[in-house]
Amino acid sequence: MRINSFFYTIGQGFKNLGRNKWYTLASIATITACLFLFGLFYAIITNFQNVVKTAEEGVSVTVFFNEGTSEDEILAVKSDLEKRTEVREIQYVSADEAWEGFKEEYLGEYADGFTENPLADSANLQIYLNDVSMQPALVTYIESISSVREVNRSEVTATTLSGLNLLIAYVSAGIILVLLLVSVFLISNTVTMGISVRKDEINIMKYIGATDFFVRAPFVVEGILIGLIGSAIPLVIIYFVYTHVITYVVSRFTMLSSLLNFLPVETVFHNLIPISLLIGIGIGFFGSFITVRKHLHV
Amino acid sequence: MERGYRKRKTNRQIPEDEVITLENVTKSYSTGAPALNGVTLHIKRGEFVFIVGDSGSGKSTLIKLLLRELVPTDGEITVLGYNLKRIKHSKIPKFRRNLGIVFQDFRLLKDRNVYENVAFAQRIVQTPTREIKRNVPSILATVNLAGKYKNKINQLSGGEQQRVALARALVNKPAILLADEPTGNLDPNNSWEIMKLMETINENGTTVIVVTHNREIVNAMKKRVITMKKGVIIEDEEEGMYIDED
Ligand SMILES: Nc1ncnc2c1ncn2[C@@H]1O[C@H](COP(=O)(O)OP(=O)(O)OP(=O)(O)O)[C@@H](O)[C@H]1O
Ligand SMILES: [Mg+2]
Repeated sequence: MRINSFFYTIGQGFKNLGRNKWYTLASIATITACLFLFGLFYAIITNFQNVVKTAEEGVSVTVFFNEGTSEDEILAVKSDLEKRTEVREIQYVSADEAWEGFKEEYLGEYADGFTENPLADSANLQIYLNDVSMQPALVTYIESISSVREVNRSEVTATTLSGLNLLIAYVSAGIILVLLLVSVFLISNTVTMGISVRKDEINIMKYIGATDFFVRAPFVVEGILIGLIGSAIPLVIIYFVYTHVITYVVSRFTMLSSLLNFLPVETVFHNLIPISLLIGIGIGFFGSFITVRKHLHV
Repeated sequence: MERGYRKRKTNRQIPEDEVITLENVTKSYSTGAPALNGVTLHIKRGEFVFIVGDSGSGKSTLIKLLLRELVPTDGEITVLGYNLKRIKHSKIPKFRRNLGIVFQDFRLLKDRNVYENVAFAQRIVQTPTREIKRNVPSILATVNLAGKYKNKINQLSGGEQQRVALARALVNKPAILLADEPTGNLDPNNSWEIMKLMETINENGTTVIVVTHNREIVNAMKKRVITMKKGVIIEDEEEGMYIDED
């Protein structure tokens, strides 16, 4: 391709936007609407996942040992457990540390009456998991170790959280599917709307002897531009909506904000920007590519 | 069972100066009788040919076959050495660059001006911008539109629009000009102007094929006239006349 034909093609792509104003506006609006919903949903889901993840990180299993189990034996169990993939971190809490913790939390100044550690056998392992859904399996394993006396766990929290995780996954998949179907439907409608204008133009080009590539290129450039604009607009809107909602919630509901712990806008946009651009440009590219192909066989 | 007829094999050597060759060409659409039925036709370089005949006799079908918009159901078509039955899809653009095509309904880009419509044809064949700027004004002068190059298409009369279409068909210097009822939407004066322009183009060496219903012009111009009826050629005469069917 000649260099001036290349620039001509790009230029025609830009000019096509203005030539078919209604088509351009309708296409941009469609992509904007779809990606706005997608972005909003994405922001909510990632925040929600973050809340669940933070909660998960706090869930732990506490293992107590039989009377007379030595510190070395406990540490051996610890290093054995650390090899398991679902285990994120294990803290060893010696009997003295356990007593100190208990004193601080429950007795305060009344603790002075004790001369020796009443919790002599309370040395324990505090296990944090990567994945709370693995907790039952881990507990079963730990209970089979002979030196273990008792395993304390928060069963309810673990099952709730792993259930919640599953729910988020299903709901995300469902909503994304619906959004995708709606986009495809809306976009195919807009594409059909633009066909009559283009049909004549494509026909004329083919009669004059334009190659398929030359016919297609300006339309594809146009499609990509529409996709680009259609994904940039919702990103900007979501950026403002998101930052404003956070500031509002944080300033008005101090209680709630400590509980919710919003992700910073940069974290959400780190993935949202490339995903939105990819979807927008992808829709624009394939939309125009396929539309033109229907009319190339003249 | 009856023994089917043997297809006659045509081993005719195409003469060097023959630009259009149809041998026993049949074109059937999915419904109805064939639009063309066993047409054989030879046209030499530099000829001016009128194609006339009743509505539905197959004239437009013939033009569409010549520009490879349609493929024959049977028979062979060779245009400028391209076998149009076997030509690859990717070779069609290269083939069409040898043709100039004019339609009754002009088929201009209505959202662009006169200059852009003609330059458009040169862009497609990737002519350098420098040359486009030289060629387009000169071809617009040929069709007497030099003063209107900035006009939008909807600011032109029908005759002017058809001259733009003619300029677009000619700017790439085609070997063959195909025109399907180019004066169908024009008044007598404009019709004559278009026909005279095509005659000039023909005198400069381009083979011209014109489908028309304009009896007066056909009879006055004394060119080769091919008359079609129900998909076959019933008359083919040098300096022919428009035959009345009654
Ligand atoms: N796309 C098509 N599908 C089916 N039949 C068609 C199609 N195009 C043309 N025909 C039929 O083929 C026959 C020849 O049509 P064609 O358009 O070649 O006629 P024509 O000589 O150009 O007529 P006119 O002078 O009215 O333009 C007609 O009977 C027409 O109905
Ligand atoms: Mg016709």
